[in-house]
Amino acid sequence: MSKKFTAIRLLCAFAIAMALSIAIILAVSEEPGTAIFNLFIGPLQSKRHFFEVFSSSVPLIFTGLALGLVFKSGNFSMISDACLYIGGVVTAAIAIEIALPAGVHPVVIMIAAAAVGGLIGSIPALLKVYFHTNELVTSLMLNYVFYYLGIYTITKFLADREAGAFASRKYASTAVLPGILSGTNFHAGYLIAIAVVILLYLLVFKTKFGYEIRVSGSNPQFAKYSGINTSRVIILTQVVAGAVAGLGGAVEQMGMYQRFNWQDSPSYAWDGVIIAILSGNNPKMVPFAAFFLAYIRVGADLMSRRSDVQNELVSIIQAVLILFVTAERFMAGWKQRQEAKKALGGEV
Amino acid sequence: MEQGNVLEARNITKVYPGGVVANHNVNLEIRRGEIHALVGENGAGKSTLMKMLFGMLAPTEGQIFVEGKEVHFSSSSDAIAAGLGMVHQHFMQVPSMTVAENLILGAETGNALKVDRKEAVRITKELSDKYNLKVEAQEKVEDISLAMRQKLEILKALYRGAHILILDEPTAVLTPQETEELFEQLKLLRENGHTIIFISHKLNEVKALCNRMTILRDGKTMGTYEISDLDEQEISRLMVGRDVSLDIEKEEAKYGKNIFSVKDLIYADSFGKTRLDHVSFSIHQGQILGIAGIDGNGQSELVEAIVGTLRPQHGTITLKGQDITRASVRTRQEAGISHVSEDRMRYGSAPKLSLEDNTISKVYYTDRLKSHGLIDGKKVSEFTNRILKEFLVKYDNSKQTVSELSGGNVQKLIVGREFDYEPDLLIMNQPTRGIDVGAIEFIRKKIVEMRSQQKAILLVSADLSEILSLSDAILVMHEGRIVGYIDDVKSTSENELGLYMLGVKEDSKERIGGAYRE
Repeated sequence: MSKKFTAIRLLCAFAIAMALSIAIILAVSEEPGTAIFNLFIGPLQSKRHFFEVFSSSVPLIFTGLALGLVFKSGNFSMISDACLYIGGVVTAAIAIEIALPAGVHPVVIMIAAAAVGGLIGSIPALLKVYFHTNELVTSLMLNYVFYYLGIYTITKFLADREAGAFASRKYASTAVLPGILSGTNFHAGYLIAIAVVILLYLLVFKTKFGYEIRVSGSNPQFAKYSGINTSRVIILTQVVAGAVAGLGGAVEQMGMYQRFNWQDSPSYAWDGVIIAILSGNNPKMVPFAAFFLAYIRVGADLMSRRSDVQNELVSIIQAVLILFVTAERFMAGWKQRQEAKKALGGEV
Repeated sequence: MEQGNVLEARNITKVYPGGVVANHNVNLEIRRGEIHALVGENGAGKSTLMKMLFGMLAPTEGQIFVEGKEVHFSSSSDAIAAGLGMVHQHFMQVPSMTVAENLILGAETGNALKVDRKEAVRITKELSDKYNLKVEAQEKVEDISLAMRQKLEILKALYRGAHILILDEPTAVLTPQETEELFEQLKLLRENGHTIIFISHKLNEVKALCNRMTILRDGKTMGTYEISDLDEQEISRLMVGRDVSLDIEKEEAKYGKNIFSVKDLIYADSFGKTRLDHVSFSIHQGQILGIAGIDGNGQSELVEAIVGTLRPQHGTITLKGQDITRASVRTRQEAGISHVSEDRMRYGSAPKLSLEDNTISKVYYTDRLKSHGLIDGKKVSEFTNRILKEFLVKYDNSKQTVSELSGGNVQKLIVGREFDYEPDLLIMNQPTRGIDVGAIEFIRKKIVEMRSQQKAILLVSADLSEILSLSDAILVMHEGRIVGYIDDVKSTSENELGLYMLGVKEDSKERIGGAYRE
């Protein structure tokens, strides 16, 4: 009942979001047919666009996993944003400054980015455990600290003075993730993302640490009475989440970029929140949620290029979805009537 | 509608989210000026029905009439306006404010800018005198006894103009002496023309106080009767549907070694209030040591200090010769302490997680549930199903969440989990609070079974009949101290325990010292 209900509820939320976006397009557009077609069907029209959905879902998978893990443990740290950004900066530094053979170079970069990500991820957790600070507040503030630290590092040490805009020098040709399908930007990073999905799924549901995360997140008092060291869980969870986000930054940089040019933080962590919510903090569902979000974004890009509707429409779809998915009372009345009917044997 | 019914519920049905039918076509008729008992087991739907009468819950179906007029309460303020008042099991009071301030809270004296505290005190005294419900108007609520807090709760309802009072298990927190006093006051209220609904599952109290009663079982009405028409046996059969015996048969105690002791335990909370005051005692193998006391007299802190979730400032705790005063919760568990906590939903389980996750909480980190280094779902299911079957938990499948089970079944799951890993010392804190009679009977039998297996057992309970029927020796706590030590349980009574609990009676230092042995 409960699983079926969750699915029906999610479908209704989707339907409402879709209906609302169609209504808006009909209201504002001179060419609503073209706009709607490109938004929903656009990504299916060519191989290139379809695989763009996959490649742009890569960073969403990483941050979705990271945020989902943190939420699962009952914490609300947003530090994944800084972890991913600095993961990218670490990638730039190693890709530019250190010469390594092909094959080894990406591995070294990923390890380093994950390690730095984990280190950064631990800061709000340590502050919470030892000084009882609120991890949401400290992580949001630290995001700025690390963002400007990243900008400083790139500008001071790695900038390309010839480039007209903010950009680092070009990465060594050894520091790239190979493409998988020619004619598209689908790259090996997607496979790495899926591997991390599987690892995190096993971690959460098949290991004793995962059990501790779930219990601490669900009822910290019970965790304490069961002898679980909840402080350790808070810290380790955020280290792992930070490492995943840091790794995501490295994979994204090596897969999609030749030089570092994130002058604004790409704020994938906020997308991660959406993914975490849509996936119910379950690693298994993260790739699907990320695919969906990437799909409507690619569709919206095509729509804005080919019609008179701007791609900001995506924000409306996202907002409506989140609203209905998180609104606990949405369809609760319907659910309860169904339950009452079942419980009373169809008398109601 | 019959003449003289001040309150009537007709064909009330309530289905909770999750599909639990708490009330099914329930009918209730309350006459003016009577004390009407609503009896039934825990989980029979008494509280649900009262919450609907008081506007805290909306019925799924059915009608409610006050003074012959149908009402639709959308909140409890509607119910208050209609002349109803409710005394909850958990008092709705602000501890840091005075009695008078609590009394007027929500209906303040004075004007928009200033509360008239003098007037509040005057009103409190006036009401208190009028209904003979003695309270200290200017004391802070945190400093007064539970019995006085309850009187305050009744006064609050009267101040708001209630002429129909609903009391939800009011005697659960009282000593026998306080209960008697409360009954006199309730009778006085009846003489003053008030109508009272008295919710209880203690039949002797119902017989002593009430005019009529309505019996609920499994959410259905089993009829309304004149008190004099039924004897206790007949009532209990209507309540439970079968004969239950809560008289536990236990063999003669065979004490083994003295394996657990606490010595000179002192604990003051973060406000500097002493919660444990030089507490010392020991427990033998094969012994059930009962701890009696009114809630909040240090029992919870004592249990927490023993299981390791609270650090006493002074004293030692020894298990099997090993000093565990500073050990972690996990270390203590592994040394042989198991613990059924007083609040099963807050400390004893994670309600939103599955039965499996809740059942493996003491063994999840060991190798017995693993294969190839990962937790094996099949082994987890087997482990869970074995324990749940052994402890007669009613459930559909081991993947459903704990929140879908009834209180009695959750408690059986917890007891099963805690008994399964072969502990030496069992800490049972309110093991049967708020669960159905069947589960109470089962859990008490299991406790006695563990005693036969030479386990040492510490039983903390507010239920004096439970303490008296299970314990081999009894300690009574009052304001953090042990004030009574009874090693011959047969020689004492609920009344005598009540005197200790109130602080009226106290044993000599030497006698209490007898509870601790090297």
